[in-house]
Amino acid sequence: MKRRTKILLSLILIIAIYVFVYFSELYMDPFIKRILNTGLIYAILGVSLNLINGFTGQFSLGHAGFMAIGAYASALLYMSPETKMSNFFMVPLISPLDRIQIPFFWAIIVGGLMAAVAGFIVGAPCLRVRGDYLAIVTYGFSEIIRSLFNNLQNITNGPLGLKGLPTYTNLWWTVSWTIITVIVIKRIVDSSYGRALKAIRDDEIAAENLGINLFKHKVLAFVVGSFFAGIAGGLLGSLLMTIDPNSFSILFTYQIIMIILLGGLGNITGSVVVGIGFAFLMEWLRFVEMPMNIFGIEFPGILGMRMLIFSILLMVTILFFRQGIFGKVEFSWEGVARLFQKKKVKE
Amino acid sequence: MRKLLCFVMLLMGMLTIFAASDIVIGITQPLTGNYAMGGQLGMRGIDMAYEEVPTVLGRPIKLVKLDNKSDKIESANVVTRLIEQYKAVAIIGTYSSALGIPGAEIANKNKVVYISPSNTNPLVTKDKPFVYRVCFIDPFQGTVMAKFAVQNMKAKTAAVIYDVSNDYSVGLAYYFRDAFVKLTGNPKSVVTYIAYQGGDQDFTAQLTAVKRANPDVIFAPIGIVGDGALIAKQARELGLKQPILGGDTWDLPQLVEIGGSAVEGVYYSTMFDVKADLSDKTKPFVEKYRAKYNEDPGYLPALAYDAYMVLIDAIKRANSDKPEDIRRALITTDYMGVSGRIRFDQNRDAIKDAVIKTVRNGKFEFVTVIKGD
Amino acid sequence: MQHLVNAISLGFVFGLVAVGYALVYGVVKLVNFAHGDVFMMGAYMMFYASVLFGFPWLAAVIFGIALTALLGVGIEKVAYRPLRKYPRINSLVSSIGMSFLLQNFAVVVFGGIQRSFPVPEMMKKTIILGEVRIQSVSIYTIIFSILVVLLLTFILQKTRIGLAMRILSTDFETARLMGINVDRTISFTFALGSALAAVSAVFYALRYPQIFPFMGQYPGSRAFIAAVVGGIGSIKGALVGGFLLGMLTVLLPAAFPEYSGYREALIFALLVIVLVFKPNGLFGQEVGEKA
Repeated sequence: MKRRTKILLSLILIIAIYVFVYFSELYMDPFIKRILNTGLIYAILGVSLNLINGFTGQFSLGHAGFMAIGAYASALLYMSPETKMSNFFMVPLISPLDRIQIPFFWAIIVGGLMAAVAGFIVGAPCLRVRGDYLAIVTYGFSEIIRSLFNNLQNITNGPLGLKGLPTYTNLWWTVSWTIITVIVIKRIVDSSYGRALKAIRDDEIAAENLGINLFKHKVLAFVVGSFFAGIAGGLLGSLLMTIDPNSFSILFTYQIIMIILLGGLGNITGSVVVGIGFAFLMEWLRFVEMPMNIFGIEFPGILGMRMLIFSILLMVTILFFRQGIFGKVEFSWEGVARLFQKKKVKE
Repeated sequence: MRKLLCFVMLLMGMLTIFAASDIVIGITQPLTGNYAMGGQLGMRGIDMAYEEVPTVLGRPIKLVKLDNKSDKIESANVVTRLIEQYKAVAIIGTYSSALGIPGAEIANKNKVVYISPSNTNPLVTKDKPFVYRVCFIDPFQGTVMAKFAVQNMKAKTAAVIYDVSNDYSVGLAYYFRDAFVKLTGNPKSVVTYIAYQGGDQDFTAQLTAVKRANPDVIFAPIGIVGDGALIAKQARELGLKQPILGGDTWDLPQLVEIGGSAVEGVYYSTMFDVKADLSDKTKPFVEKYRAKYNEDPGYLPALAYDAYMVLIDAIKRANSDKPEDIRRALITTDYMGVSGRIRFDQNRDAIKDAVIKTVRNGKFEFVTVIKGD
Repeated sequence: MQHLVNAISLGFVFGLVAVGYALVYGVVKLVNFAHGDVFMMGAYMMFYASVLFGFPWLAAVIFGIALTALLGVGIEKVAYRPLRKYPRINSLVSSIGMSFLLQNFAVVVFGGIQRSFPVPEMMKKTIILGEVRIQSVSIYTIIFSILVVLLLTFILQKTRIGLAMRILSTDFETARLMGINVDRTISFTFALGSALAAVSAVFYALRYPQIFPFMGQYPGSRAFIAAVVGGIGSIKGALVGGFLLGMLTVLLPAAFPEYSGYREALIFALLVIVLVFKPNGLFGQEVGEKA
């Protein structure tokens, strides 16, 4: 298929998505919209962590920390001074943060950039530290962030967190950022950079012998990955209307790791679909906790059952779809074309 | 695949369709995750209240209970779901202020009544006309304990041990210090102000520092009850003899179960006691609870029970199931609950008395009531 | 002085948990996130054996340890063995999944409410030496940790199965070629590791007598850190790593009470620094990275 056609098709798809967003914002049930927003944020997180863990093979447990930075940096910038006043009732916010307010878009960008800077700092030791040790360094980083945010009351309000954040996040924002994330990371992965990253994943020493600058490439993966984690953090903060340091714990990172593994390591399509699916699955599974009426017999709902079933489903997926649900199948226009051709043959 | 899809649709359908005459009240609690204990105890209170009053205005009440797995994202989603899918007219909220705030924000925005049974953080109800709570707030509780320490126990110095990762604990520690300094008039009267991290099981470092400063009392506003029991236990093992004071999180039977003889003589403030004689409804409630769960009710079931009853009372007085009418009726609430008389101030926080309790011979004992005004 | 005693006794608690962790980690090279939850299950089994079935205390403990060992073997068979040929991250996520499963199982079956762990009278005493007070449990913990390390070293160095485990830890394929029954050896490693988890759970619960479904998270993460700091596969390293961690946890707030809130940040910062300068941990050998 020609490159021009592909770009054209992609454009049409994006326009179609936006038409869908337009109508959803008008008519969709707010609850579904909310879940969809959450799912898209998971998708951004999944795709960005996939760049670090899946494509570059650097095992990072620090994603929640990057998110926290993005969420706080942006929230402190887009909140109105009055809301800040009412939040910091124990220890006042330091100047000049207590007076600044900038538009949501720029606040999110600043949040992403701050996270990217952190990504650079964390990515730098990568050259020396590998494998499980890198995992613990990144885990340590996210715990340091959490601990600092709990203590720096005059900036973060400590464990009380920030409340009453204005809700800017809607489908327009989440969909646009998901598209940007996917395009940027897809471009990186398909470029010579991406091939270098994969080479590092498959054999670091050989890659170095081939003249690949390990430091530059690993750090690049960290910086880009954490930038989008920061963005996702900013979006999530505004969606939830409240943030506190302890919601960005290691458990959150585990969730994202699950999403990328279930979607397939190094599979962007998988991360997006599983990210969205994950948010819906968690809500849908609630039916198991409801009292049920099967064949006229009342079953009382067992509380906590949902999480149990979720973990069983998770184990089954891990054990039976070892390459992730999507394996190596990526979305591509050629694939779609093939699908159509097959159908034609059948007819 | 198509069959599966049909099945899914069918289930989704089943969940959303309720008979129109039901009044839907949403309940959200952390039934799994770190706060599962608080959520499960609160749910008991709701269950008991519902058994007693399953109808209002001659219509059946439909309770929809959703778990938020001690997770903030979920607790926001759950409230949206209660409002949008189940069309709940009112919601009784969750244990833990951190989980409560996102839900309260959403309920308020959607103009649905939200009553919190036990969230003591001032921000839960702040600037939210649809959000009420049936408990007191942290500044009040911190002041009460400081007052008790200075006036009843004649303390001149105090040490504070708090959980730095817990908003409740940090807030209460702060208000206590503030009030204690004011009451003693000595800016250095809080001799140690030391933190631990939620999850810690070893407090010997903090306690040894406290021992060196030798204060008259130790105030420990812990996040979960087990921490309190362990702090008391380790303090006694280290030879600290000072009385230990705490907040409402201490008020659970696990305190004595885990702490054993070490928690003898601790004092804490709470909102409910089986013997405090808070109202004539206390006794039947306690008896019923004992019969059902084979233990004494703590404040969590009692407050959840009251939250439900206050809501029903408001619906009755409003004679309507419209959230706006219920909200208006709530303003003028003057209800005798199992945890005492409940009225709301202009911030929609309950005006309540604080109950001071202690442990003697392995049993909780009622000490005194400090009036809320 | 009192601080030092506190630090040493906490250090050995962490060390004991970390040893079981390091054993599995060293042989199978698996970051077992479910270790803390196996630990939790061990505590619950002992609790039910003694409170519900009225076993005498020691019998309950032994019963708990045996059952936990079985559980460990079962988990390995179901959750890790099928994934052995796949990238490391698969078994890693599988262990996270297992950890979720065990926790949620505990919430549904045991309930989320804290229970009190039975402590025999013998362990309740406090020994007073002048200004310093020591819990008798701490002394038992220290003695036991050293015994466990000696026993493990004996098994690893002097027995056939220990030899097999050591060979496995360097290379699976070589081990297979040398006629070692890989599956059986790994099963044995998990049995031993889980039994150790149960043993450490006993001492942990004696010291902090509350059990709940999430009790494994904190010691589990500490054990992970201790094992990594100590160095891959080093039993001695794990004990030392745990010991250092305990020291930091106690001594940091003791030295700087006004900054006690920053303790976690400081601990992790020190950790990161140690790893950046000694990327293989304190006692780890230089091993080439194998995927």
